[in-house]
Amino acid sequence: MQDVDLVIEAGSFVALLGPSGCGKSTLLRFVSGLAMPSSGSILLSSAGGQPTDVMSKLAFVFQDAQLLPWRSVIDNVALPLELQGSNRAEARDRARVPLAEVELSDVHDRFPDQLSGGMRMRVSIARALVTEPSLLLLDEPFAALDELTRQRLDERLRALWLARKMTVIFVTHALAEAAFLAERALVMSRRPGRIVLDKHLELPMERALNLRTTPSFTEQTALLYRALAENGGFDDNQVLGTERNA
Amino acid sequence: MNPLVEGRRNGGLSVLSAGAPPLLTFVLVIVLWEGAVRALRVPAFLVPPPSAVFAAGWQERRALAGALLTTAEGACFGFMLSVCLGTLAGLLFSLSRWLERGLYPYALFLQTVPIVAIAPLLVLWFGPGLRAVSVSAFVVSVFPIIANTLAGLRSVDPRSSDLFRLYGASLTDTVLKLRLPTAIPSMMTGYKVASGLSVIGAIVGEFVAGFSEGNAGLGITVLAAYRQLRTDLLFAAVLLASLLGLSLFALVSQATSVFLRRLRVQR
Repeated sequence: MQDVDLVIEAGSFVALLGPSGCGKSTLLRFVSGLAMPSSGSILLSSAGGQPTDVMSKLAFVFQDAQLLPWRSVIDNVALPLELQGSNRAEARDRARVPLAEVELSDVHDRFPDQLSGGMRMRVSIARALVTEPSLLLLDEPFAALDELTRQRLDERLRALWLARKMTVIFVTHALAEAAFLAERALVMSRRPGRIVLDKHLELPMERALNLRTTPSFTEQTALLYRALAENGGFDDNQVLGTERNA
Repeated sequence: MNPLVEGRRNGGLSVLSAGAPPLLTFVLVIVLWEGAVRALRVPAFLVPPPSAVFAAGWQERRALAGALLTTAEGACFGFMLSVCLGTLAGLLFSLSRWLERGLYPYALFLQTVPIVAIAPLLVLWFGPGLRAVSVSAFVVSVFPIIANTLAGLRSVDPRSSDLFRLYGASLTDTVLKLRLPTAIPSMMTGYKVASGLSVIGAIVGEFVAGFSEGNAGLGITVLAAYRQLRTDLLFAAVLLASLLGLSLFALVSQATSVFLRRLRVQR
């Protein structure tokens, strides 16, 4: 990664696009404090100006749901609160709220191996929301799911963002997903990763599933596509690779 | 046809097909053994026919049952000691690289030391009889538990670790809520291996240390039968010893698989 200089406003929804290996996941790890950059700095500030609160107001959703198989759904969602010092009963109680938000209230006592992939991911999102984060980081969260499930989750995530007024950084390599979800899209180049496009998407605030079929959506997606393609984004894509050879 | 009936019939068949080959082998070996010993007129003190082994076993059933219990006691004590100390050692090693580097080589020493050679020392240090036998069973069986516990505790998914770090989890929480549950399947494997080994350790211990309290174990029975050239009794005792090892292994396997299923930790 090189010369990445970004300001992300509180409350915005940013999609981070780029070819695999460009460093978009690493950038997310830097922001979360899970890893430290070799040079440069990351500054997080909360609206109230309480710097100590910032890290506890941050949540991370990983590529696979990353649930603990020996914990029930409700106990998985309650985990972050337990780790931050709440007692188990209180944590379980508070875990009901985000579970209801992802419409999984009826599967509290099930275990992860009894859920579908989409449900597991919803539990994972509920677990991230349970601490009421002001910054939510998602690292290709829906990549392993089928297209239909993925679109439903995209819609749900967008609704959650609108309801909760949090900042979201969403890493993906899917163009349509980025365009559907975000207000602002960042495209990174291949190694060394730089930001090659920083675009506020001109799409309505209310986005339904049929948005994906509108001309303006197609236009915005095409824009992102060109930025990606011009920066080696599809180098590992076989079809385009043969086209280039021809 | 009713699928349920079909299923049950298949289930019965699969039990039969799982149990039949070893049983068939057993019967075949017994018959061939008996036939060969008789046909070739092998002296009974070299290779007794199975009929003689069973007869000797039946004749000495009281002594053998007592010996079985004595050995089982030593093996079980040693095994429990291994489970407690081995798990604790694995846990401590996982918490401190220094401790692991400093002590793991010596734990490995327990695995490689010829137990027959140090058994006299165990008698000197712990006194003859049950205590030396239990310690011998412990020495032989503890290493697989340490190694498996340590490997299990180290096998935590890095992203789960990230999750715990992100929420500022305490070391206690990380151990109790992440590392131990992750390690349990591997720990259970260690316990299974150790259960079989503890019987071997107990019998070897008895060879050197088992005479004291009058109630001799299977190791002593083997030695005594050998000195009297009662090879039939020797065979019976050896057979019982391996049965004891198998039973202990089966018991621990069953217990661990039930435990694993209830905990929903994945293998």
